[in-house]
Amino acid sequence: MSDPLLASRALAAFYGDFQALFGIDAELHAGERIAIIGANGAGKSTFLASLAGAIGAKTGEIVFDGARIDGRDAPDIARLGIALVPEGRRLFPSLTVEENLRMGTFAGRRGPWTLARVYELFPALHEKRRAPAPALSGGQQQMAAIGRALMANPRVLMCDEISLGLAPSIVRAIYAALPAISAEGVSVIVVEQDVELARSSTDRVYCFTHGRVSLSARSAAVTRDDISHAYFGV
Amino acid sequence: MSWLDTVVQGILLGGLFALFAMGLAVIYGVMRLINIAHGDFVVLGAYLILSVALTLHLSPFAAAAIVVVLFAALGYALQRAILDRALGGDLLAPLVVTYGLSVIIENALQQGYSADSRSLQIGGIETASVHLGPIAVGVVPLIVFGVALAVAAGLELLFNRTRLGMAFRATSDDRATARLMGVRDFRLYGYAAAISLAVTALASVFMGVKYTFTPTLGPSFLLYAFEAIVIGGMGSFWGTFAGAVILGVAQTIGFALDPGWGILTGHLVFLAVLIARPQGLFPKVVA
Repeated sequence: MSDPLLASRALAAFYGDFQALFGIDAELHAGERIAIIGANGAGKSTFLASLAGAIGAKTGEIVFDGARIDGRDAPDIARLGIALVPEGRRLFPSLTVEENLRMGTFAGRRGPWTLARVYELFPALHEKRRAPAPALSGGQQQMAAIGRALMANPRVLMCDEISLGLAPSIVRAIYAALPAISAEGVSVIVVEQDVELARSSTDRVYCFTHGRVSLSARSAAVTRDDISHAYFGV
Repeated sequence: MSWLDTVVQGILLGGLFALFAMGLAVIYGVMRLINIAHGDFVVLGAYLILSVALTLHLSPFAAAAIVVVLFAALGYALQRAILDRALGGDLLAPLVVTYGLSVIIENALQQGYSADSRSLQIGGIETASVHLGPIAVGVVPLIVFGVALAVAAGLELLFNRTRLGMAFRATSDDRATARLMGVRDFRLYGYAAAISLAVTALASVFMGVKYTFTPTLGPSFLLYAFEAIVIGGMGSFWGTFAGAVILGVAQTIGFALDPGWGILTGHLVFLAVLIARPQGLFPKVVA
Protein backbone atom coordinates (compact mmCIF):
# COMPACT_ATOMS: atom_id res chain seq x y z
CA MET A 1 0.00 0.00 0.00
CA SER A 2 1.20 3.51 -0.84
CA ASP A 3 2.13 6.01 1.86
CA PRO A 4 -0.88 7.63 3.49
CA LEU A 5 -1.74 11.23 2.57
CA LEU A 6 -2.31 12.16 6.21
CA ALA A 7 -1.28 10.15 9.25
CA SER A 8 -0.97 10.59 12.98
CA ARG A 9 1.58 8.61 14.99
CA ALA A 10 1.30 8.31 18.77
CA LEU A 11 -0.64 11.57 18.81
CA ALA A 12 -1.54 12.91 22.25
CA ALA A 13 -3.36 16.18 22.94
CA PHE A 14 -3.94 18.19 26.08
CA TYR A 15 -6.21 20.92 27.41
CA GLY A 16 -4.12 22.28 30.26
CA ASP A 17 -3.62 19.35 32.63
CA PHE A 18 -6.35 17.33 31.00
CA GLN A 19 -5.22 14.78 28.42
CA ALA A 20 -7.81 14.24 25.69
CA LEU A 21 -5.94 11.93 23.27
CA PHE A 22 -3.61 9.04 24.15
CA GLY A 23 -1.37 7.84 21.34
CA ILE A 24 -3.65 7.97 18.31
CA ASP A 25 -2.34 6.12 15.23
CA ALA A 26 -4.59 6.76 12.27
CA GLU A 27 -4.16 7.27 8.56
CA LEU A 28 -6.02 8.57 5.56
CA HIS A 29 -5.06 7.60 2.01
CA ALA A 30 -5.51 9.78 -1.05
CA GLY A 31 -9.07 9.60 -2.35
CA GLU A 32 -10.27 7.73 0.71
CA ARG A 33 -13.23 8.52 2.96
CA ILE A 34 -12.96 7.54 6.60
CA ALA A 35 -15.30 7.94 9.55
CA ILE A 36 -14.46 8.47 13.19
CA ILE A 37 -17.16 7.29 15.55
CA GLY A 38 -17.33 7.07 19.30
CA ALA A 39 -19.18 8.33 22.33
CA ASN A 40 -19.28 11.97 23.41
CA GLY A 41 -15.97 12.99 24.95
CA ALA A 42 -14.02 10.23 23.20
CA GLY A 43 -11.70 12.79 21.60
CA LYS A 44 -13.04 12.81 18.03
CA SER A 45 -13.32 16.59 17.73
CA THR A 46 -10.01 17.06 19.53
CA PHE A 47 -8.40 14.76 16.96
CA LEU A 48 -9.68 16.84 14.04
CA ALA A 49 -8.71 20.09 15.79
CA SER A 50 -5.20 18.68 16.36
CA LEU A 51 -4.84 17.79 12.68
CA ALA A 52 -6.00 21.32 11.77
CA GLY A 53 -3.39 22.90 14.03
CA ALA A 54 -6.02 24.44 16.30
CA ILE A 55 -4.62 22.70 19.38
CA GLY A 56 -1.09 23.64 20.33
CA ALA A 57 -0.50 21.27 23.25
CA LYS A 58 0.23 17.95 21.64
CA THR A 59 2.93 15.30 21.32
CA GLY A 60 3.55 12.70 18.65
CA GLU A 61 3.67 13.23 14.91
CA ILE A 62 1.29 14.35 12.21
CA VAL A 63 2.56 13.68 8.69
CA PHE A 64 0.89 15.21 5.64
CA ASP A 65 2.08 14.36 2.15
CA GLY A 66 5.40 13.11 3.52
CA ALA A 67 6.18 16.12 5.76
CA ARG A 68 5.73 16.70 9.48
CA ILE A 69 3.04 19.33 10.15
CA ASP A 70 2.47 18.90 13.89
CA GLY A 71 4.43 22.08 14.67
CA ARG A 72 2.60 24.19 12.09
CA ASP A 73 0.07 26.89 12.88
CA ALA A 74 -3.61 26.61 11.85
CA PRO A 75 -3.43 29.16 8.97
CA ASP A 76 -0.39 27.37 7.50
CA ILE A 77 -2.11 24.00 7.66
CA ALA A 78 -5.18 25.45 5.94
CA ARG A 79 -2.87 26.72 3.18
CA LEU A 80 -1.34 23.25 2.80
CA GLY A 81 -4.80 21.94 1.96
CA ILE A 82 -6.39 20.55 5.11
CA ALA A 83 -9.81 22.12 5.68
CA LEU A 84 -11.97 21.68 8.75
CA VAL A 85 -15.74 22.08 8.88
CA PRO A 86 -15.92 22.84 12.59
CA GLU A 87 -18.50 21.46 14.95
CA GLY A 88 -21.44 23.85 15.23
CA ARG A 89 -20.73 25.28 11.72
CA ARG A 90 -19.11 28.47 13.02
CA LEU A 91 -20.21 30.67 10.13
CA PHE A 92 -19.24 34.34 10.43
CA PRO A 93 -22.47 36.06 11.53
CA SER A 94 -21.70 39.54 10.21
CA LEU A 95 -20.83 38.23 6.74
CA THR A 96 -23.26 37.32 3.98
CA VAL A 97 -23.54 33.72 2.81
CA GLU A 98 -21.39 34.45 -0.23
CA GLU A 99 -18.79 36.27 1.86
CA ASN A 100 -18.65 33.26 4.17
CA LEU A 101 -17.95 31.04 1.17
CA ARG A 102 -15.28 33.44 -0.09
CA MET A 103 -13.52 33.24 3.28
CA GLY A 104 -12.44 29.76 2.17
CA THR A 105 -10.25 31.35 -0.50
CA PHE A 106 -7.91 32.76 2.16
CA ALA A 107 -6.15 29.40 2.00
CA GLY A 108 -4.85 30.71 -1.33
CA ARG A 109 -5.32 27.43 -3.21
CA ARG A 110 -6.49 26.97 -6.79
CA GLY A 111 -8.61 24.05 -7.91
CA PRO A 112 -11.97 22.91 -9.13
CA TRP A 113 -14.04 24.50 -6.35
CA THR A 114 -15.42 27.92 -7.17
CA LEU A 115 -18.52 29.81 -6.05
CA ALA A 116 -20.34 28.43 -9.10
CA ARG A 117 -19.40 24.82 -8.27
CA VAL A 118 -20.45 25.19 -4.63
CA TYR A 119 -23.79 26.68 -5.69
CA GLU A 120 -24.20 23.78 -8.11
CA LEU A 121 -23.60 21.34 -5.25
CA PHE A 122 -25.89 23.21 -2.83
CA PRO A 123 -28.44 25.20 -4.90
CA ALA A 124 -30.20 26.45 -1.75
CA LEU A 125 -27.14 28.59 -0.99
CA HIS A 126 -27.37 30.40 -4.32
CA GLU A 127 -30.83 31.73 -3.50
CA LYS A 128 -29.62 32.99 -0.11
CA ARG A 129 -26.21 34.21 -1.22
CA ARG A 130 -26.85 37.84 -0.24
CA ALA A 131 -28.50 37.00 3.08
CA PRO A 132 -26.56 37.26 6.34
CA ALA A 133 -25.36 33.85 7.49
CA PRO A 134 -27.62 33.72 10.58
CA ALA A 135 -30.67 33.94 8.27
CA LEU A 136 -30.00 30.41 6.96
CA SER A 137 -31.71 27.31 8.30
CA GLY A 138 -29.57 24.80 10.18
CA GLY A 139 -29.16 22.56 7.16
CA GLN A 140 -28.30 25.48 4.90
CA GLN A 141 -25.76 26.70 7.45
CA GLN A 142 -24.14 23.27 7.37
CA MET A 143 -24.05 23.39 3.58
CA ALA A 144 -22.45 26.84 3.75
CA ALA A 145 -19.84 25.59 6.23
CA ILE A 146 -18.97 22.69 3.92
CA GLY A 147 -18.99 24.99 0.89
CA ARG A 148 -16.68 27.40 2.68
CA ALA A 149 -14.23 24.57 3.37
CA LEU A 150 -14.43 23.41 -0.26
CA MET A 151 -13.64 26.93 -1.49
CA ALA A 152 -10.18 26.33 0.01
CA ASN A 153 -9.77 23.57 -2.59
CA PRO A 154 -8.49 21.23 0.10
CA ARG A 155 -6.82 17.88 -0.39
CA VAL A 156 -8.32 16.73 2.89
CA LEU A 157 -11.81 17.76 4.02
CA MET A 158 -12.58 17.13 7.69
CA CYS A 159 -16.21 17.35 8.79
CA ASP A 160 -17.01 17.47 12.48
CA GLU A 161 -20.50 16.23 13.39
CA ILE A 162 -22.17 17.60 10.29
CA SER A 163 -25.44 15.78 11.07
CA LEU A 164 -25.76 17.17 14.58
CA GLY A 165 -29.14 18.76 15.22
CA LEU A 166 -30.38 18.36 11.65
CA ALA A 167 -33.46 16.53 10.35
CA PRO A 168 -32.71 13.10 8.83
CA SER A 169 -33.79 14.17 5.34
CA ILE A 170 -31.38 17.14 5.48
CA VAL A 171 -28.59 14.87 6.73
CA ARG A 172 -29.16 12.52 3.79
CA ALA A 173 -29.05 15.48 1.39
CA ILE A 174 -25.74 16.63 2.85
CA TYR A 175 -24.20 13.15 2.82
CA ALA A 176 -25.40 12.75 -0.77
CA ALA A 177 -22.88 15.46 -1.66
CA LEU A 178 -19.92 13.37 -0.45
CA PRO A 179 -19.45 11.32 -3.66
CA ALA A 180 -19.34 14.52 -5.74
CA ILE A 181 -16.71 15.90 -3.38
CA SER A 182 -14.66 12.68 -3.53
CA ALA A 183 -14.93 12.68 -7.30
CA GLU A 184 -12.84 15.87 -7.32
CA GLY A 185 -10.05 13.98 -5.59
CA VAL A 186 -10.72 15.29 -2.08
CA SER A 187 -10.02 12.85 0.74
CA VAL A 188 -12.59 13.04 3.51
CA ILE A 189 -12.68 12.46 7.26
CA VAL A 190 -16.09 12.62 8.92
CA VAL A 191 -16.76 12.55 12.63
CA GLU A 192 -20.22 11.08 12.95
CA GLN A 193 -22.52 9.99 15.77
CA ASP A 194 -24.78 8.01 13.47
CA VAL A 195 -22.96 4.69 13.12
CA GLU A 196 -25.01 3.40 10.19
CA LEU A 197 -24.50 6.65 8.27
CA ALA A 198 -20.79 6.56 9.05
CA ARG A 199 -20.45 2.96 7.84
CA SER A 200 -22.49 3.35 4.66
CA SER A 201 -20.77 6.52 3.46
CA THR A 202 -17.09 5.71 4.06
CA ASP A 203 -14.35 3.23 3.19
CA ARG A 204 -12.95 2.73 6.67
CA VAL A 205 -14.01 3.50 10.17
CA TYR A 206 -12.15 4.25 13.41
CA CYS A 207 -13.88 4.04 16.77
CA PHE A 208 -12.46 6.24 19.56
CA THR A 209 -12.98 5.40 23.23
CA HIS A 210 -11.62 7.61 26.01
CA GLY A 211 -9.03 9.19 23.75
CA ARG A 212 -7.79 5.89 22.24
CA VAL A 213 -8.52 3.99 19.04
CA SER A 214 -10.63 1.02 20.08
CA LEU A 215 -11.48 -0.21 16.58
CA SER A 216 -10.09 0.27 13.10
CA ALA A 217 -11.80 -1.64 10.31
CA ARG A 218 -13.09 -1.56 6.75
CA SER A 219 -16.57 -0.06 6.81
CA ALA A 220 -17.98 -2.88 4.69
CA ALA A 221 -16.57 -5.57 6.98
CA VAL A 222 -17.37 -4.12 10.37
CA THR A 223 -20.34 -5.63 12.25
CA ARG A 224 -22.67 -4.20 14.84
CA ASP A 225 -21.08 -6.47 17.43
CA ASP A 226 -17.62 -5.12 16.61
CA ILE A 227 -18.89 -1.60 17.11
CA SER A 228 -20.75 -2.20 20.36
CA HIS A 229 -17.69 -4.01 21.66
CA ALA A 230 -15.53 -1.03 20.71
CA TYR A 231 -18.01 1.48 22.18
CA PHE A 232 -18.72 -0.26 25.43
CA GLY A 233 -15.92 -2.80 25.82
CA VAL A 234 -18.39 -5.69 26.10
CA MET B 1 -23.99 84.47 18.12
CA SER B 2 -27.00 82.80 16.60
CA TRP B 3 -28.01 79.25 17.47
CA LEU B 4 -27.74 78.22 13.84
CA ASP B 5 -24.15 79.42 13.88
CA THR B 6 -23.47 77.52 17.10
CA VAL B 7 -24.88 74.27 15.71
CA VAL B 8 -22.93 74.59 12.47
CA GLN B 9 -19.69 75.21 14.37
CA GLY B 10 -20.51 72.17 16.52
CA ILE B 11 -21.07 69.97 13.50
CA LEU B 12 -17.73 71.07 12.09
CA LEU B 13 -16.01 70.42 15.44
CA GLY B 14 -17.54 66.96 15.24
CA GLY B 15 -15.45 66.37 12.12
CA LEU B 16 -12.27 66.65 14.20
CA PHE B 17 -13.70 64.38 16.91
CA ALA B 18 -14.64 61.89 14.20
CA LEU B 19 -11.01 61.79 13.08
CA PHE B 20 -9.98 61.14 16.71
CA ALA B 21 -12.60 58.42 17.05
CA MET B 22 -12.23 56.47 13.81
CA GLY B 23 -8.64 55.43 14.48
CA LEU B 24 -9.71 54.08 17.85
CA ALA B 25 -12.74 52.38 16.30
CA VAL B 26 -10.65 50.49 13.71
CA ILE B 27 -8.51 48.81 16.37
CA TYR B 28 -11.43 48.12 18.66
CA GLY B 29 -13.55 46.78 15.81
CA VAL B 30 -10.97 44.31 14.54
CA MET B 31 -9.02 43.27 17.64
CA ARG B 32 -11.47 44.13 20.44
CA LEU B 33 -8.50 46.00 21.85
CA ILE B 34 -8.99 49.33 23.60
CA ASN B 35 -5.98 51.50 22.89
CA ILE B 36 -5.62 53.71 25.96
CA ALA B 37 -2.65 55.42 24.27
CA HIS B 38 -4.78 56.55 21.32
CA GLY B 39 -5.00 60.20 22.39
CA ASP B 40 -1.27 60.27 23.06
CA PHE B 41 -0.66 59.06 19.51
CA VAL B 42 -2.70 62.06 18.30
CA VAL B 43 -0.37 64.34 20.26
CA LEU B 44 2.78 62.42 19.25
CA GLY B 45 1.72 62.78 15.62
CA ALA B 46 1.38 66.54 16.01
CA TYR B 47 4.89 66.86 17.47
CA LEU B 48 6.33 64.66 14.71
CA ILE B 49 4.59 66.80 12.07
CA LEU B 50 6.04 69.89 13.76
CA SER B 51 9.55 68.41 13.68
CA VAL B 52 9.29 67.18 10.10
CA ALA B 53 7.90 70.55 8.97
CA LEU B 54 10.68 72.50 10.69
CA THR B 55 13.49 70.16 9.64
CA LEU B 56 12.49 69.77 6.01
CA HIS B 57 10.99 73.28 5.66
CA LEU B 58 7.64 71.87 4.65
CA SER B 59 4.12 73.04 5.36
CA PRO B 60 2.41 71.05 8.12
CA PHE B 61 0.13 69.39 5.54
CA ALA B 62 3.08 68.14 3.50
CA ALA B 63 4.78 67.01 6.70
CA ALA B 64 1.56 65.23 7.68
CA ALA B 65 1.70 63.17 4.48
CA ILE B 66 5.10 61.88 5.59
CA VAL B 67 3.91 61.26 9.16
CA VAL B 68 0.84 59.36 7.91
CA VAL B 69 3.19 56.87 6.25
CA LEU B 70 5.51 56.80 9.28
CA PHE B 71 2.56 56.22 11.61
CA ALA B 72 1.22 53.38 9.46
CA ALA B 73 4.60 51.66 9.72
CA LEU B 74 4.73 52.42 13.44
CA GLY B 75 1.25 50.91 13.90
CA TYR B 76 2.22 47.70 12.14
CA ALA B 77 5.47 47.41 14.11
CA LEU B 78 3.77 48.20 17.42
CA GLN B 79 1.11 45.57 16.86
CA ARG B 80 3.57 42.85 15.85
CA ALA B 81 6.19 43.67 18.48
CA ILE B 82 4.03 44.48 21.51
CA LEU B 83 0.26 44.33 21.19
CA ASP B 84 0.13 40.80 19.69
CA ARG B 85 1.61 39.52 22.92
CA ALA B 86 -1.10 41.19 24.99
CA LEU B 87 -4.00 39.74 22.98
CA GLY B 88 -5.83 36.47 23.40
CA GLY B 89 -5.75 36.29 27.19
CA ASP B 90 -7.88 38.38 29.47
CA LEU B 91 -9.09 41.90 28.68
CA LEU B 92 -6.83 43.50 31.27
CA ALA B 93 -3.51 42.82 29.53
CA PRO B 94 -4.08 45.09 26.51
CA LEU B 95 -5.45 47.83 28.77
CA VAL B 96 -2.36 47.74 30.96
CA VAL B 97 0.03 47.59 28.01
CA THR B 98 -1.57 50.51 26.16
CA TYR B 99 -1.82 52.50 29.41
CA GLY B 100 1.91 51.95 29.78
CA LEU B 101 2.43 53.20 26.23
CA SER B 102 0.40 56.28 27.09
CA VAL B 103 2.65 57.09 30.06
CA ILE B 104 5.79 56.45 28.01
CA ILE B 105 4.70 58.67 25.10
CA GLU B 106 3.61 61.52 27.37
CA ASN B 107 6.85 61.51 29.33
CA ALA B 108 9.03 61.09 26.26
CA LEU B 109 7.31 64.12 24.71
CA GLN B 110 7.87 66.16 27.88
CA GLN B 111 11.50 65.15 27.81
CA GLY B 112 12.01 65.79 24.11
CA TYR B 113 9.84 68.86 23.50
CA SER B 114 9.37 70.29 27.03
CA ALA B 115 5.97 71.15 28.45
CA ASP B 116 5.70 74.40 26.44
CA SER B 117 2.61 74.64 24.29
CA ARG B 118 3.13 74.43 20.53
CA SER B 119 0.98 74.77 17.44
CA LEU B 120 1.14 74.10 13.72
CA GLN B 121 1.22 77.26 11.58
CA ILE B 122 -0.30 77.05 8.14
CA GLY B 123 0.20 80.60 6.97
CA GLY B 124 -3.09 82.44 7.17
CA ILE B 125 -5.62 79.82 6.17
CA GLU B 126 -6.34 79.36 9.88
CA THR B 127 -8.27 82.58 9.96
CA ALA B 128 -9.86 82.43 6.49
CA SER B 129 -13.60 81.95 6.35
CA VAL B 130 -16.38 81.61 3.81
CA HIS B 131 -19.97 82.75 4.01
CA LEU B 132 -22.62 80.07 3.92
CA GLY B 133 -25.88 82.01 3.80
CA PRO B 134 -26.19 84.00 7.01
CA ILE B 135 -23.18 82.51 8.77
CA ALA B 136 -19.43 82.53 8.32
CA VAL B 137 -17.53 79.27 8.71
CA GLY B 138 -13.79 78.73 8.89
CA VAL B 139 -12.07 77.21 5.89
CA VAL B 140 -10.00 74.89 8.07
CA PRO B 141 -13.00 73.40 9.94
CA LEU B 142 -14.64 72.81 6.55
CA ILE B 143 -11.53 71.02 5.30
CA VAL B 144 -11.39 68.93 8.50
CA PHE B 145 -15.04 68.00 8.12
CA GLY B 146 -14.54 67.03 4.49
CA VAL B 147 -11.50 64.92 5.30
CA ALA B 148 -13.38 63.21 8.14
CA LEU B 149 -16.29 62.44 5.79
CA ALA B 150 -13.87 61.02 3.23
CA VAL B 151 -12.13 58.89 5.88
CA ALA B 152 -15.47 57.52 7.13
CA ALA B 153 -16.56 56.70 3.58
CA GLY B 154 -13.19 55.16 2.82
CA LEU B 155 -13.23 52.98 5.93
CA GLU B 156 -16.81 51.86 5.20
CA LEU B 157 -15.74 50.90 1.68
CA LEU B 158 -12.64 49.15 2.94
CA PHE B 159 -14.52 47.13 5.55
CA ASN B 160 -17.58 46.27 3.46
CA ARG B 161 -16.34 46.07 -0.12
CA THR B 162 -12.81 44.68 -0.04
CA ARG B 163 -11.28 41.31 0.63
CA LEU B 164 -9.17 42.76 3.45
CA GLY B 165 -12.30 44.24 5.03
CA MET B 166 -14.08 40.90 4.79
CA ALA B 167 -11.16 39.29 6.65
CA PHE B 168 -11.31 42.07 9.27
CA ARG B 169 -15.00 41.43 9.90
CA ALA B 170 -14.64 37.64 9.93
CA THR B 171 -11.70 37.76 12.34
CA SER B 172 -13.60 40.16 14.56
CA ASP B 173 -16.54 37.71 14.60
CA ASP B 174 -14.53 34.56 15.28
CA ARG B 175 -10.76 34.64 15.28
CA ALA B 176 -10.23 30.87 15.75
CA THR B 177 -12.41 30.00 12.76
CA ALA B 178 -10.80 32.70 10.61
CA ARG B 179 -7.43 31.05 11.36
CA LEU B 180 -8.84 27.73 10.14
CA MET B 181 -9.62 29.48 6.83
CA GLY B 182 -5.95 30.40 6.40
CA VAL B 183 -6.23 33.98 7.69
CA ARG B 184 -2.91 35.00 9.25
CA ASP B 185 -4.49 36.83 12.15
CA PHE B 186 -1.43 38.62 13.50
CA ARG B 187 -0.50 40.03 10.09
CA LEU B 188 -4.12 41.14 9.71
CA TYR B 189 -3.99 42.84 13.11
CA GLY B 190 -0.84 44.62 11.98
CA TYR B 191 -2.71 46.03 8.96
CA ALA B 192 -5.55 47.21 11.21
CA ALA B 193 -3.11 48.99 13.53
CA ALA B 194 -1.41 50.57 10.51
CA ILE B 195 -4.74 51.90 9.22
CA SER B 196 -5.65 53.14 12.70
CA LEU B 197 -2.45 55.11 13.14
CA ALA B 198 -2.55 56.49 9.60
CA VAL B 199 -6.01 57.93 10.37
CA THR B 200 -4.64 59.16 13.71
CA ALA B 201 -1.87 61.10 11.96
CA LEU B 202 -4.56 62.92 9.95
CA ALA B 203 -6.26 63.77 13.23
CA SER B 204 -2.89 65.01 14.52
CA VAL B 205 -2.36 67.62 11.85
CA PHE B 206 -5.84 69.12 12.19
CA MET B 207 -5.66 69.01 15.98
CA GLY B 208 -2.33 70.84 15.80
CA VAL B 209 -3.77 73.51 13.52
CA LYS B 210 -6.85 74.05 15.68
CA TYR B 211 -5.34 73.90 19.17
CA THR B 212 -2.13 74.80 20.86
CA PHE B 213 -0.95 71.48 22.24
CA THR B 214 1.17 70.17 25.08
CA PRO B 215 2.39 66.62 25.77
CA THR B 216 -0.37 65.98 28.31
CA LEU B 217 -3.42 66.58 26.11
CA GLY B 218 -3.72 62.96 24.94
CA PRO B 219 -6.14 61.60 27.55
CA SER B 220 -8.77 64.25 26.79
CA PHE B 221 -8.65 63.36 23.07
CA LEU B 222 -8.99 59.69 24.02
CA LEU B 223 -12.06 60.59 26.05
CA TYR B 224 -13.69 62.50 23.16
CA ALA B 225 -12.97 59.56 20.85
CA PHE B 226 -14.50 57.11 23.30
CA GLU B 227 -17.57 59.26 23.81
CA ALA B 228 -18.11 59.60 20.05
CA ILE B 229 -17.91 55.82 19.58
CA VAL B 230 -20.25 55.07 22.47
CA ILE B 231 -22.79 57.72 21.43
CA GLY B 232 -22.75 56.44 17.84
CA GLY B 233 -22.90 52.77 18.78
CA MET B 234 -20.26 50.21 17.89
CA GLY B 235 -20.26 48.69 14.48
CA SER B 236 -20.17 51.30 11.74
CA PHE B 237 -17.95 54.24 10.92
CA TRP B 238 -20.97 56.34 9.96
CA GLY B 239 -22.33 55.71 13.47
CA THR B 240 -19.05 56.86 14.96
CA PHE B 241 -19.09 59.91 12.70
CA ALA B 242 -22.62 60.78 13.82
CA GLY B 243 -21.63 60.28 17.46
CA ALA B 244 -18.71 62.67 16.98
CA VAL B 245 -20.98 65.30 15.42
CA ILE B 246 -23.45 65.01 18.31
CA LEU B 247 -20.59 65.41 20.78
CA GLY B 248 -19.27 68.42 18.87
CA VAL B 249 -22.69 70.11 18.81
CA ALA B 250 -23.21 69.40 22.52
CA GLN B 251 -19.85 70.95 23.42
CA THR B 252 -20.40 74.02 21.25
CA ILE B 253 -23.87 74.63 22.66
CA GLY B 254 -22.44 74.25 26.16
CA PHE B 255 -19.72 76.78 25.37
CA ALA B 256 -22.33 79.19 24.01
CA LEU B 257 -24.32 78.99 27.24
CA ASP B 258 -21.30 79.47 29.43
CA PRO B 259 -17.61 79.13 28.56
CA GLY B 260 -17.16 76.81 31.54
CA TRP B 261 -19.85 74.38 30.43
CA GLY B 262 -18.67 73.28 27.02
CA ILE B 263 -16.78 70.10 27.75
CA LEU B 264 -19.09 69.27 30.63
CA THR B 265 -22.13 69.45 28.33
CA GLY B 266 -20.44 66.93 26.02
CA HIS B 267 -19.88 64.56 28.94
CA LEU B 268 -23.51 64.99 30.07
CA VAL B 269 -24.84 64.11 26.61
CA PHE B 270 -22.54 61.08 26.60
CA LEU B 271 -23.83 59.99 30.02
CA ALA B 272 -27.43 60.54 28.94
CA VAL B 273 -26.92 58.29 25.90
CA LEU B 274 -25.16 55.70 28.03
CA ILE B 275 -28.11 55.59 30.43
CA ALA B 276 -30.96 55.80 27.91
CA ARG B 277 -29.44 53.79 25.07
CA PRO B 278 -26.33 51.88 26.14
CA GLN B 279 -26.02 50.23 22.71
CA GLY B 280 -25.55 53.70 21.18
CA LEU B 281 -27.77 55.59 18.76
CA PHE B 282 -26.80 53.75 15.58
CA PRO B 283 -25.62 50.25 16.53
CA LYS B 284 -24.99 47.72 13.80
CA VAL B 285 -27.95 45.36 13.66
CA VAL B 286 -26.99 41.71 13.28
CA ALA B 287 -29.95 39.69 12.07
